[in-house]
Amino acid sequence: MSRPHRKHLLTSVQMARFVAHGSLRIDAVVPAEMNALAVDVLRKGIPAAPYGAPVNEAFEEGSFARQLLGLPEIAGAVYSLVGPEPAVDHHAVHIRRAREGTAQNLHGDAIIDVRPDAFDVQLMYYPQEVTLDMGGTLSVPGSHLRRTNETDTGRYQNLRGQSRLTCPAGTVVFLHHGIWHGGRRNDSVIDRYMFKIRLNPTVRQLRLWNTDDLYDPAVAAELGRQFPWYEHATGRLEVYNRVRLWQALVGDDSYDPDYWVTRVTNRPTRVVAQRSLNPHARRPTAMGEPA
Amino acid sequence: MTSTQRTDLRQQVLVLYLSSSALDSAVVGWSVYDGTGRTNPTTGDSDTPPYETGLDALRDGWRLIQAAQLLPPQPGHEYDVSFLKHEFFFEKLA
Repeated sequence: MSRPHRKHLLTSVQMARFVAHGSLRIDAVVPAEMNALAVDVLRKGIPAAPYGAPVNEAFEEGSFARQLLGLPEIAGAVYSLVGPEPAVDHHAVHIRRAREGTAQNLHGDAIIDVRPDAFDVQLMYYPQEVTLDMGGTLSVPGSHLRRTNETDTGRYQNLRGQSRLTCPAGTVVFLHHGIWHGGRRNDSVIDRYMFKIRLNPTVRQLRLWNTDDLYDPAVAAELGRQFPWYEHATGRLEVYNRVRLWQALVGDDSYDPDYWVTRVTNRPTRVVAQRSLNPHARRPTAMGEPA
Repeated sequence: MTSTQRTDLRQQVLVLYLSSSALDSAVVGWSVYDGTGRTNPTTGDSDTPPYETGLDALRDGWRLIQAAQLLPPQPGHEYDVSFLKHEFFFEKLA
């Protein structure tokens, strides 16, 4: 995969939004002619690849998956998020069958993954228009930094501000590996298809996007965003953790617009108390010698 | 009420997640399990909470049966975020 033109890279504001939300959505980015072929392609299945295979080894040249990843906006987003030559962790075709009667529990994929300065992305491609009753993916904005393991969150049915995906055909959503999500119950008469590719970075995720707007105030606004399901106090910790991640992504430990990190890490070591104020020093005698 | 009638009752469980440890704080998440079998609530089936606060559920006849304990963070993990902290279980018999 060649380096995308900078006009297709994400902006700093978009990256900050990803760091806050744990997702990035690009509506109808895949052209209609590809969408028209996609369901048949997905029904037949995408050949499996070993875990961690480079994209060019995982997907044959000219294949549907390679065409998908080669679309300029998708290539630009992938490069911005995980960098050049990512590895294909795995891929899968997910089908929510018509009127299947059940929903997936809310979960995070794989196992608990607490890397503070790196992340995988999951590209999710929806070839059909997804309406509310088709069981579009449920995801919880801002849940990706929560330290929970797989389906341990299954008790949570609904959270304020959750996203129940509806979208036009050809929509692609990129998810941070930790985001809470699940396939909703499909109450329609149409099978709903989604193709997922999990990508691992093979380089340090440091300023991979278009950083022209790095100090745009909108970056700080995105990083400080609260979500309706956050408990009041924990919402502040979310911002703290986001700022930590952003510091890693920009390589600047001083970035802290709302002071949450600086305040609790401020432990000065310079001593200014006068030596003469040492309460343990021997007191001088009248002769001028210590007693 | 006879003992025979009692066995016909089934438990309905409501779990509310609140914005603080106060029972009258806002609902931020919710789950419902219906032992009567009359409804089948599931993941992602609604964007509208059944009550605005935990207290509203009490006023509507739900009985509080469990509240999450207030536990200090593990040393070294004070800034970690994980499960929702303020979980309240309610029941009704129907």
